[in-house]
Amino acid sequence: METYFWAFVVGGLICVVGQLLLDVGRFTPAHTMSILVVSGAVLDGLGLYEPLIDFAGAGATVPITSFGNALVHGALTEAESTGLIGILTGIFEVTSAGISSAIIFGFLAALFFKPKG
Amino acid sequence: MLQGHQTWVFLNRPVILSSAVVGGPFEAEGPLAEDFDLLHGDLWVGQDSYEKAEKKMLEEACEMAIHKAGLQKQDIQFFLGGDLLNQIISSCFTARTLAVPFLGLYGACSTSMEGLALASLIVDSRAGRYVLCGTSSHNSAAEKQYRYPTEYGSQKPPTAQWTVTAAGAALLGPEGDGPKVTSATIGRVVDMGVNDPFNMGGAMAPAAVDTIMAHFRDMQISPGYYDLIATGDLGKVGYKIAGDLLKKHGLEIPEKVFVDCGLLIYGEDQPAVMAGGSGCGCSASVVYGHILNRLKRGELKKVMIVATGALLSPLSYQQKESIPCIAHAVSIESE
Repeated sequence: METYFWAFVVGGLICVVGQLLLDVGRFTPAHTMSILVVSGAVLDGLGLYEPLIDFAGAGATVPITSFGNALVHGALTEAESTGLIGILTGIFEVTSAGISSAIIFGFLAALFFKPKG
Repeated sequence: MLQGHQTWVFLNRPVILSSAVVGGPFEAEGPLAEDFDLLHGDLWVGQDSYEKAEKKMLEEACEMAIHKAGLQKQDIQFFLGGDLLNQIISSCFTARTLAVPFLGLYGACSTSMEGLALASLIVDSRAGRYVLCGTSSHNSAAEKQYRYPTEYGSQKPPTAQWTVTAAGAALLGPEGDGPKVTSATIGRVVDMGVNDPFNMGGAMAPAAVDTIMAHFRDMQISPGYYDLIATGDLGKVGYKIAGDLLKKHGLEIPEKVFVDCGLLIYGEDQPAVMAGGSGCGCSASVVYGHILNRLKRGELKKVMIVATGALLSPLSYQQKESIPCIAHAVSIESE
């Protein structure tokens, strides 16, 4: 039960940061999203994002910051096992599920729904 | 005839013989629904793209205006049109359908009055007998071009405005029944350095004020001359700024007289529009529908329309340029 609570609080706080960037920082939605992704990447580089996931679960994995974390995390893990080249091969190691499904489901949606908006 | 610095006075008083406005489903829920000649329940207007839908609405508005005046397409000498889409395709493609000699205009949301001013000039100078002017905008087509794909569902701040899905056209002739265009003030481009495309009302307000001041200066009249002064689409934010700026310049216009088309077109029960309506179709539909109807009913005698336009492009905004703005004023009177 406690996990749910912290997931709610931490996930919500990340969204609050995003909303503040939009409303107070006057960043565009695209800039806001990029800032959050890069923040996740930097936090993981400093070794701080994994402890946050352990603590808040989905509260830390669902927001877009998790994508930045996954990019860096994959690269670092792969670099440890295969050396420098691992940085290149590992970036999409963890994120490949997300990226591949975006492509596949995007393709399927386009097949059936003719997006034109 | 030029009067003062930037105002044309039309001594022959061109007549607005007819006008027609077409709107979308969201406009049909607004307080001015009854002033539309045709309202579509479908945002696609039976077409397979939003761009085609916008063109269809402009075609309908033009054809209805010609029909209402009891004329045929071949009676029209010139068609003046413009819209928000790249290369003003809605207007160009409508001109293709109409097969009437065409002049394409671009003044963003000020295009409605840019067109009406030029059409009046042509009729007044006898360079054309019957001249049609029209403009259109479509919410989803504009969102797609200027902001984000509609499916993306991007958030907007409360200062943002809602592009009106509508088209409006007016047909002018040298004589006949109908409200008369008496003067027009062509605006300067004013840029106060605002670079937030989600606050275009704020950016456009100084341009509106500049043109209003120029009009009164050139015509040597005071705001009391008019029963109604309607700005194009400043929305809540821009309307407030324009009111404050006018006061600062010593022009106190009563709230009953000074209105904004962007605020008239939607109701309080339509919060999705945020700060109010915008787009070429906003001032076109409000003026060619609602305001002309009020003139015809005798509720208003003398009105001034100040259509405002934000002359930005998605590219100029991405390159961090500020937003140059313009406003054109046209006076319409019913005797």
